[in-house]
Amino acid sequence: MNHLSLIIKREYLTKVKNKSFIVMTILSPVIMIALIAVIAYLTNLNNEKVRTISVLDESGLVKEIFQNTAQTHYDVLDNVSLAVAKEIVSSTSNYGLLHIEKINSLNEVSKHIKFYSEESPSLSVISDLERKLEKKLTHLKLKEAGLNVAQIKASKVRINIGQENFTGQESSKIDSVIKLVFGCAAGYLLFMFIIIYGNMIMRSVIEEKTSRIIEVIISSVKPVQLMLGKIIGTSLAGITQFVIWVVFGGVLMTIVSLVLGINLMEATPQQEVVAMATQGSDAMFYFESFKQALNHMPLINLIVAFVFFFIGGYLLYSSLYAAIGAAVDNETDTQQFMLPILMPLILAVYIGIFTVIEDPHGTVSTVFSYIPLTSPVVMLMRIPFGVPIWQQLLALLILIGSFMFTVWFAAKIYRVGILMYGKKPSYKELIKWLKY
Amino acid sequence: MSNLLEVNQVSKSFGDYKALNNVSLNVPKGSIFGLLGPNGAGKTTLIRIINQITMPDAGIVHLDGVPLNASHIKDIGYLPEERGLYKSMKVGEQALYLAQLKGLSKTEAKKRLKYWFDRLEIGDWWNKKIQELSKGMAQKIQFVVTVLHNPKLLIFDEPFSGFDPINANLIKDEILNLRDNGATVIFSTHRMESVEELCDDIALINKSNKLIEGKLIDIKRQYKTNTFEVGLEAENKEKLQAVLADKFSISSANFKSLNNDLKLNIKLSENEKAQDLIAFLNNQAYINHFVEVIPSANDIFIQTVQNNS
Repeated sequence: MNHLSLIIKREYLTKVKNKSFIVMTILSPVIMIALIAVIAYLTNLNNEKVRTISVLDESGLVKEIFQNTAQTHYDVLDNVSLAVAKEIVSSTSNYGLLHIEKINSLNEVSKHIKFYSEESPSLSVISDLERKLEKKLTHLKLKEAGLNVAQIKASKVRINIGQENFTGQESSKIDSVIKLVFGCAAGYLLFMFIIIYGNMIMRSVIEEKTSRIIEVIISSVKPVQLMLGKIIGTSLAGITQFVIWVVFGGVLMTIVSLVLGINLMEATPQQEVVAMATQGSDAMFYFESFKQALNHMPLINLIVAFVFFFIGGYLLYSSLYAAIGAAVDNETDTQQFMLPILMPLILAVYIGIFTVIEDPHGTVSTVFSYIPLTSPVVMLMRIPFGVPIWQQLLALLILIGSFMFTVWFAAKIYRVGILMYGKKPSYKELIKWLKY
Repeated sequence: MSNLLEVNQVSKSFGDYKALNNVSLNVPKGSIFGLLGPNGAGKTTLIRIINQITMPDAGIVHLDGVPLNASHIKDIGYLPEERGLYKSMKVGEQALYLAQLKGLSKTEAKKRLKYWFDRLEIGDWWNKKIQELSKGMAQKIQFVVTVLHNPKLLIFDEPFSGFDPINANLIKDEILNLRDNGATVIFSTHRMESVEELCDDIALINKSNKLIEGKLIDIKRQYKTNTFEVGLEAENKEKLQAVLADKFSISSANFKSLNNDLKLNIKLSENEKAQDLIAFLNNQAYINHFVEVIPSANDIFIQTVQNNS
């Protein structure tokens, strides 16, 4: 035990004191926040620019829908030909020219609307215009057909089917989306953690081999101890880094948003925010649903499961990374062994995103939430939707069992591999090592 | 004299390859024991078994009369042939870490490190990183780390590689000093001159089998061929050589001499005695040089390995 804590301490301290580690720890949130700030700033800049769009409505049907807004001004042209209108627009700095031909049939008008501009227009401008025109022309067509538009509008119904399971737990579709977001965040976090810090473990095993210190060390400690010490020490360094990222990132974010006066969290295009605000009832509706969803989520279960599956999954993969590090001499040789590790991990994320959203308790999701290499990610994504405790325990049991197996397996490879120099082993040789 | 280390019928295979085949060895307490053998003979495997890095397939190893177990880790100091240190770690931190892994407390380790660093005059390296030191300097630190915990048994695998002659001598003296203070040393090397200089006992391993073992002196006695190297001053050398060739089996010898001697190796049969040879030669010529040919460790090594293959 004493040896183990010594090794953990050394691994942790050398990682944390490492210059590139410190630089990365400080720089990553700075870069991230700087990026967000720049994007937010540019978005704001974009939104503040006023666009003027010239409109030539020869049909005279839709003129009145072009009301100036904060971002877009409309310059309605009258009694000019298309050619003249084009010249006018190109001589001014207007954004473009919307041309509606003079045709009597409403059906035909809709097919003969064009937008002229110097450069290809932005998608949002075009879809905004399309929406406006569609609404107006539909309106006109309804009128033409002799229908009462007001009545039609009034009879529109908005539905969000309330869901409730037999034990009386309520949920809704929005619930599901929020749950999925939570599940994906947890699964993705684990995925990132495994890739970043698994690699770190592998590199530190390789470092011990290339610096030839390994034989000195294992004449004092058991290889398994050394391996576990490395895994735990590196993980602690990883957690430290993660915590610093979150705290430092949060602080930076607050400072930047205060200094620049930009609300980073709401860096969404402003018109949507405005739209949300005008439809106050809708915003309230979403907010309520969000609160409800949080209440409906098995939060304690989620947190406990997150801790256990995170640790289990991470240890499982990191022992494999350690074994790879022990089997090879340098990082370039690791490629052939990396693929079989990355495959199940990527598979887990895809299954999580594509099948869990479709049917969180379907056969595919259930099966993959038991298989140890995919279970941490898939199960974490399923849990917000409510997974029976016995299923979670079973999956955890399988995970722990296979973790012990991989540690045994990795320790075997490790024990032999760390003393092998100068040759890149094949899979066949690795299997032979198990028998030594 | 009792044995510190007893290796009993140890075998070890890696897959189909047999690295050690029923090897038994006894390392007497307080001796410097040379473990010799060509590359790939199985020396490193044996050393790793003694260090409990690998487990033997069969056989048992006793240290101080007790079968090897985890508590023996602190009794052994091992300087492997493939050796190195953490490149980006500071010398002092690293030495402390390695000493603590061997079971020393931090304060004790610090005290002993100070003693050794002062003794080898490397005290001002404490805060340097290994990558800033030369290879020879790093080797010195490695040596200190190996002996720091005062182990009963020291195992050196090619200890002098990477040292300049001055430092090699320094390390050699330290090894002798440690032996005089009660440590037992196993010494694995290809450099036969250091075997001659240092080793009391040797064992020779070739192709997974132990071929010879024992006191170096006894082995030399065993391998001597009753041959004498002589330098004779005579008026007619050709005639003298013919006379000698008639009576003994002779071959020409090569040694440094101030005179223009007839230099010969004269091999006696089992029942002939050196005094008789001297008496005979004394009658024929003036004897400038008379020495028994003692087989060197090098000769024994080459002869044994070649006979074995």
